[in-house]
Amino acid sequence: MPAHHRRRQVFRYLPVLPAVLLLLVFLAGPVLWAFHASLTNAGLTGRHARNPEWVGLENYQRLLQDPVFPLSLALTVLFVAGSAVLGQNVLGLALAVLMRRARPVVSATVGTAVVAAWVLPEIVAAFAAYAFFSRDGTLNQLLGRFGAAETDWLYAVPMAAVILANVWRGTAFSMLVYRAALNGVPAELTEAAHVDGAGAWQRLAFITLPVIRGSIATNLMLVTLQTLAVFTLIWVMTAGGPANGSTTLPVLAYQEAFKFGDIGYGTAVASVLILIGALFGAAYLRLLREQKP
Amino acid sequence: MTVPKQAGRPRRRDPRTTRTPGGTWADLVLLLIGACFLLPLLWLVLASLDPAAGHAAKVPQQPGLDNFAAVLTPELLFRPLWNSLLLSAGTGMVTLAAAVLAAYPLSRYRSRFNTPFMYGILFGTCLPVTAIMVPVYGLFVQLQLLDSLPATVLFLAATSLPMAIWMTRNFMDDVPVAVEEAAWVDGASRLAALSSIVLPLMRPGLGVVFIFVFIQAWGNFFVPFVLLLSEGKQPAAVSIFSFFGQHGAVAYGQLAAFSILYSIPVLALYVIVARGSGNSLALAGAVRG
Repeated sequence: MPAHHRRRQVFRYLPVLPAVLLLLVFLAGPVLWAFHASLTNAGLTGRHARNPEWVGLENYQRLLQDPVFPLSLALTVLFVAGSAVLGQNVLGLALAVLMRRARPVVSATVGTAVVAAWVLPEIVAAFAAYAFFSRDGTLNQLLGRFGAAETDWLYAVPMAAVILANVWRGTAFSMLVYRAALNGVPAELTEAAHVDGAGAWQRLAFITLPVIRGSIATNLMLVTLQTLAVFTLIWVMTAGGPANGSTTLPVLAYQEAFKFGDIGYGTAVASVLILIGALFGAAYLRLLREQKP
Repeated sequence: MTVPKQAGRPRRRDPRTTRTPGGTWADLVLLLIGACFLLPLLWLVLASLDPAAGHAAKVPQQPGLDNFAAVLTPELLFRPLWNSLLLSAGTGMVTLAAAVLAAYPLSRYRSRFNTPFMYGILFGTCLPVTAIMVPVYGLFVQLQLLDSLPATVLFLAATSLPMAIWMTRNFMDDVPVAVEEAAWVDGASRLAALSSIVLPLMRPGLGVVFIFVFIQAWGNFFVPFVLLLSEGKQPAAVSIFSFFGQHGAVAYGQLAAFSILYSIPVLALYVIVARGSGNSLALAGAVRG
């Protein structure tokens, strides 16, 4: 390529510069800084805030010995598997399938209710979920009508409460993805199966689901990534408690860094979370490339 | 399941007019699920109208607008909402400007550079933003940007840029190059052609991107919670939280009233986009902080 040609090429891409600078400074920068800081004993205040010392892999060794870290890793897996993979994904698909069979006015009304929980600002949804599950909240009030004893859900089963709350909050996304996907299934296909005597379940299992499997994979990946990052909902509902009973990795990273002032240790937790996210992100890109011939 | 083969195939049914027996079941199940989704929201509305509100959803004994009246003060409501507006509109404008500039060469020139760049950007959207908050705090301390509204706007813009560039590029691809070429022939520069021909043609798309980013920033709690320290700069998402902590035990009605007033702008914007594009999936992923 002649030099003046290459110069023009560079010149042409000049407008990309502001975006690239923003992304480098505020996204790539923090990620690199996280890996660096996780190898130091940087603190929030005091001596280690001004002059952090290099401690090598000490923070990561601490992670492995700290009983809270494996617990929090397990809770994160439970949260993602329960609320995203099982809850949002399956309920979203079920809603989308049911909506095709129900009266239009019913599916429109229910669709609005589901989407409303998703459109509300996260903190408002978190307050509503907190009130719903709290000791003198709506859930106990309802169960009381059936004679059930009052339970403090947020203390007794904090993970179940935040998982259900996140299903409530996030199912709309999967529902919208699957509604679009189902609209793309050729009607002749299911019609033909119907004529050949396949029942509703058989058509779903052997025709519809295989046709939309690309959407299923994409949706699973996206809801996993979104759920991995959930902080506000858990923070407002349980603050990670009781006794770390609902401390997922984002909550743990926040607590270590800001409550206990240990930036180095907190960024080590954050680094693990970033790595998990990057892994899922890479898998997601692969999936997209495979889907596009 | 085997069904005896029939001599004549049954007539095709139009699924829109002929309802299967399962249809009524579908209605019932859907309504039940819908009720479960509505219940927590019901509390929000009922509590806001109830001066004696608690955690439970109950019809107010003496419904009134007292809670709304109580929060309609400059410190409680207007300043936080104004801060939210500054933060969200600022983020929207910075994001849109950077996204339009970046999308132009990516949409108009062919280069080996485009595909890796777009995939790199898509990968960026996959990073869990909550994991980045601890390192971002560290970065802001080092650069002495803590408690700065403009710096928070820049960070929020960076987090929404990947998605915005993807969307903007798609919208720009829909504008044929031919209309631009006509302008070049008349002697317009690329920048002039972009601003006077291309951007007006993609105005609805740019509106979607702006609203998308605006809603995301408006609802974001964690970022301003970590980066903005002084009360005077905090947006409603954060001020509502201190409200909850300080008066939590007594003022549930006010909290609900505040929540509703704070939510109305994004609900309205969402309806505008959903109506306009006919596809609420355009906002997928945007609304979740």
